[in-house]
Amino acid sequence: MSLADFVPFLPEIFLAVAGLAVLLLGIPMGSRGSRPIIAISIGALAATAVLIFLVGRPTAGPQLILGDMLVIDQFAVFFKVLVLIASALALLMASGYLDRAGYSSGEFAALILFADLGMFVMVSGANLASLYVGLELMALSVYVLVGYFKLEVKSNEGAVKYFVLGAASSAVLLYGISLIYGTTGSLDLETIRSSLTGVPHQNVLLMLGIVLVAFGMLFKVAAVPFHVWTPDAYEGAPTPVTAFISVAPKAVAFAMFLRLFAGTFASEVDHWWMLLWIASAATMIYGNVAALTQDNVKRMLAYSSIAHAGYALMGLVAASDNGTWAVLMYMGVYTFMNLGAFGFVILLESKGYAGERIEDFAGLARRHPAAAAGMLIFMLGLAGIPPTAGFMGKLYLWAATVEAGYVVLAVISVIMSAVSLYYYFRSVVQMYLKDGEAEGEAAAQMLNDRWTGTAIAVCAVLTLVIGLWPAPLVGWAKSGLSALGF
Amino acid sequence: MDTQYGWLLNLICYLPLAGALLIIFFIKKENTGAVKLAAVSIAAIDFVLSLPLWFLYRTDGAEFQFATQMEWIPSVGAQYLFGVDGFAILLILLTTLLGFISVYSSFTAITDREKEYYVFLLMLQTGMMGVFCALDFVLFYVFWEVMLVPMYFLIGVWGGPRKLYAAIKFFLYTLVGSVLMLVGILALYFFNAGGLKAIGLPGLGNDPTFSIPHLYTIAPQVPPELQFWIFLAFFVGFAIKVPMFPFHTWLPDAHVEAPTAGSVILAGVLLKMGTYGFVRLSLPLLPDATVKAVPWVGLLSIIAIVYGALVAMAQKDMKKLVAYSSVSHMGFITIGIFALNDPGLRGAILQMLNHGVSTGALFLLVGIVYERRHNRLIAEYGGIAKVMPIYATFFLIITMSSIGLPTLNGFIGEFLILIGAFNHSWVWALFAASGIVLGAAYMLWLYQRVFFGELSNEKNKDLKDLNLREQWTIIPLIVLAFWIGLYPKPFFDRMQPTVDNVMKRVSVAMPEADLGFSYGGESETDHAENPQTKHGE
Repeated sequence: MSLADFVPFLPEIFLAVAGLAVLLLGIPMGSRGSRPIIAISIGALAATAVLIFLVGRPTAGPQLILGDMLVIDQFAVFFKVLVLIASALALLMASGYLDRAGYSSGEFAALILFADLGMFVMVSGANLASLYVGLELMALSVYVLVGYFKLEVKSNEGAVKYFVLGAASSAVLLYGISLIYGTTGSLDLETIRSSLTGVPHQNVLLMLGIVLVAFGMLFKVAAVPFHVWTPDAYEGAPTPVTAFISVAPKAVAFAMFLRLFAGTFASEVDHWWMLLWIASAATMIYGNVAALTQDNVKRMLAYSSIAHAGYALMGLVAASDNGTWAVLMYMGVYTFMNLGAFGFVILLESKGYAGERIEDFAGLARRHPAAAAGMLIFMLGLAGIPPTAGFMGKLYLWAATVEAGYVVLAVISVIMSAVSLYYYFRSVVQMYLKDGEAEGEAAAQMLNDRWTGTAIAVCAVLTLVIGLWPAPLVGWAKSGLSALGF
Repeated sequence: MDTQYGWLLNLICYLPLAGALLIIFFIKKENTGAVKLAAVSIAAIDFVLSLPLWFLYRTDGAEFQFATQMEWIPSVGAQYLFGVDGFAILLILLTTLLGFISVYSSFTAITDREKEYYVFLLMLQTGMMGVFCALDFVLFYVFWEVMLVPMYFLIGVWGGPRKLYAAIKFFLYTLVGSVLMLVGILALYFFNAGGLKAIGLPGLGNDPTFSIPHLYTIAPQVPPELQFWIFLAFFVGFAIKVPMFPFHTWLPDAHVEAPTAGSVILAGVLLKMGTYGFVRLSLPLLPDATVKAVPWVGLLSIIAIVYGALVAMAQKDMKKLVAYSSVSHMGFITIGIFALNDPGLRGAILQMLNHGVSTGALFLLVGIVYERRHNRLIAEYGGIAKVMPIYATFFLIITMSSIGLPTLNGFIGEFLILIGAFNHSWVWALFAASGIVLGAAYMLWLYQRVFFGELSNEKNKDLKDLNLREQWTIIPLIVLAFWIGLYPKPFFDRMQPTVDNVMKRVSVAMPEADLGFSYGGESETDHAENPQTKHGE
């Protein structure tokens, strides 16, 4: 291994250094409010993106680096860019929020950067060991972020639940990895894949290993029955953290899921499709039905994000080219819609937990028409109504599912998608059809924060533009296919 | 496909949306006068712009004219494909006319949040026209669902006491139907391309495309079993929209709670989406399944005709009565379509226009008295012909049009549908005819109770007759009713190519005897080689 081997790894190295620098800078600059630190962190994310463009992208096909531990391919680049955008938007939204709550931003931004580093390793891992290391680095940063409001009971409760269950799931995942290692004799994804193809495998230990790995991944994407941590963690976490963890870690968990199941274990599809089929159907049904009765918007969005994991799982069940890029596409559009929706909640949380109850939305269309229109776009998008990006994302997932012949799963999902409209529109009803003042509601004050507003505007515009002209994102998502050995 | 004047169709479709954006960004919400002026002028300009379609459409030309074809999502084969035939042009003209009337009629009825109201009304206009213009399934579906959102708000914000319930019921019902339709669309799409893997169905191996004109050409190759499932998926979507019995329960709620203009659009155009879908998609794309479904759809239509009429007769609320009469009238249209013969189909298409005209006018008329009295109960009225003579005259003409009196539009459509139904089976004709009798009964009884008799209710004594603006919202519809009633030929001329094409495509699955006249197998092969219909490739 020469020094030149590290050049494609420069974005990750830079992220680690930037994370440490922000952590240190946070001590002297902590008294000046959150903006400078947040601005520096966003700059670091932008610099990382530039580095990815310069050295961290594949020039001629997938490229293995660092002793075959990591792979640089278009698939990884797609998710890295997505993570960078999601983190930047979450940081933008966090600035005003942290100032108002009186928490410092240095550690916050540093933890986000460290989580990003973990995610980078996760999406480009070519070895079960490096995948696991990346996963843990991300998970540990996120546990701390969930409990970042250390004086809030809800925040602590969410963090502890998330940590305990997350640790248990990591153990399950690790045990699965060890079984796979035991049966195939390798941790290298490519070696495992080539040893699995051709020969029909009835090895019980191998199957058990694959199933346990699937369980671990289902936990990370918050699928039923491994979803119980989600509502509490999402509700308890500071809202910018909720926005972040509902998109970036979920997206990279799907990346790892795809790399393992659509790539490495693809030849064993007969053994695992049923498991994921059931998980997908159960997740869609449970997430959507449970969201129907939630009065807390963050909790409602938590259940909705469970449901969205179920939709994306359809792409895995389809186990085809179309299924794979549909998941990439869906993670792309879901990121913007969900970040935007949480950004709107952040704007409303003037103090304490105000703005989280659905009634706090009453009459907003009259007082803040632009913000309400943004939220309307996100709600339509999450419900999958055209002309928003949400519809385009779901369209390709449904297409892949129908193509693979799982029509029943597609029908469950379209019906659940119609059901979801009901709860998404509960907030629209409050904003547009109710008059907050007339009913004597102490409506939440809308925070006038330009940074958060900008982030929401970006999300809203992207949600509409991708919905009307999806071709570029589709093309980009499709370019990620080659990595998986299809 | 003829691309001449393609820009005109796009202009007509998107002008209302552009106008809505203009109002959002450049007119302050306090300035309601300017909002109304802008909205009504945009709607009027749109109507005027749509008139050339009537004259420029060539009945001997390509099947779809005024076409636009552009890349949209090339990697999945979705195009931006616009184009209309005579049938779609008639519906577009109906849409622009009713769009103008609904804007114009709302000036005094809507006094709250006017700016948003007119913005939603104009957006709805674009959504509806897009459905009639789109010839690509993805594009079609996008417009199909887009129009639900403004309609939801029109009912939900400006509706009656139970508006929240009615609005979400409308949205959810139609959404469930349309997402199931989407699954059907995808199945057809993959059959044309690579097939459906897990159920072992091989595809045709064509380049993937969502182009409806291309899919017409592969329709005879779709295996009957697949056709059945796709037909079922489409049927749920369209039947909810029509609405056919037993999917009709959202309609009375939505109609009763919606503001007048919302009801006019709902009855006049939105309900036609379902029957449009049958004619444009179900029949030509799934001929085999269509022929097999005829008895069942006929049964549901007969139930809708009789049941709708009987329930309408029992209503105490005028608007609810008109709403249930819609169920009955739409049953007529579906029975005409599924008679699968030339007169039935022509009658059904004409009746779509007629229903838009007469039911739209009825909702306007009911809305006018509601605005004065804030009451729609029939028992509250009686003898108001004495205080509102013009109103009574207009109402009478529209009533006659609705029950199918000769010289008015309803007669022509119902007569053709009866011929079509009779050609299929005398039982159908018997029940359809009984629907006409019942229709006359409830409409005339309504007229009698509201307009004749003693002017007993004090509150009705000083009701004002129609003012000039109100008169001019009704007069265009009355003129149209007489025109169609007296000289329907121009309408038939324009729909004939559509009728011929649909019959040709559906007849591949029919035994000759059923038709009564011949559409030979030769013409089908001619058709497949006809370059004009192969543009999807």
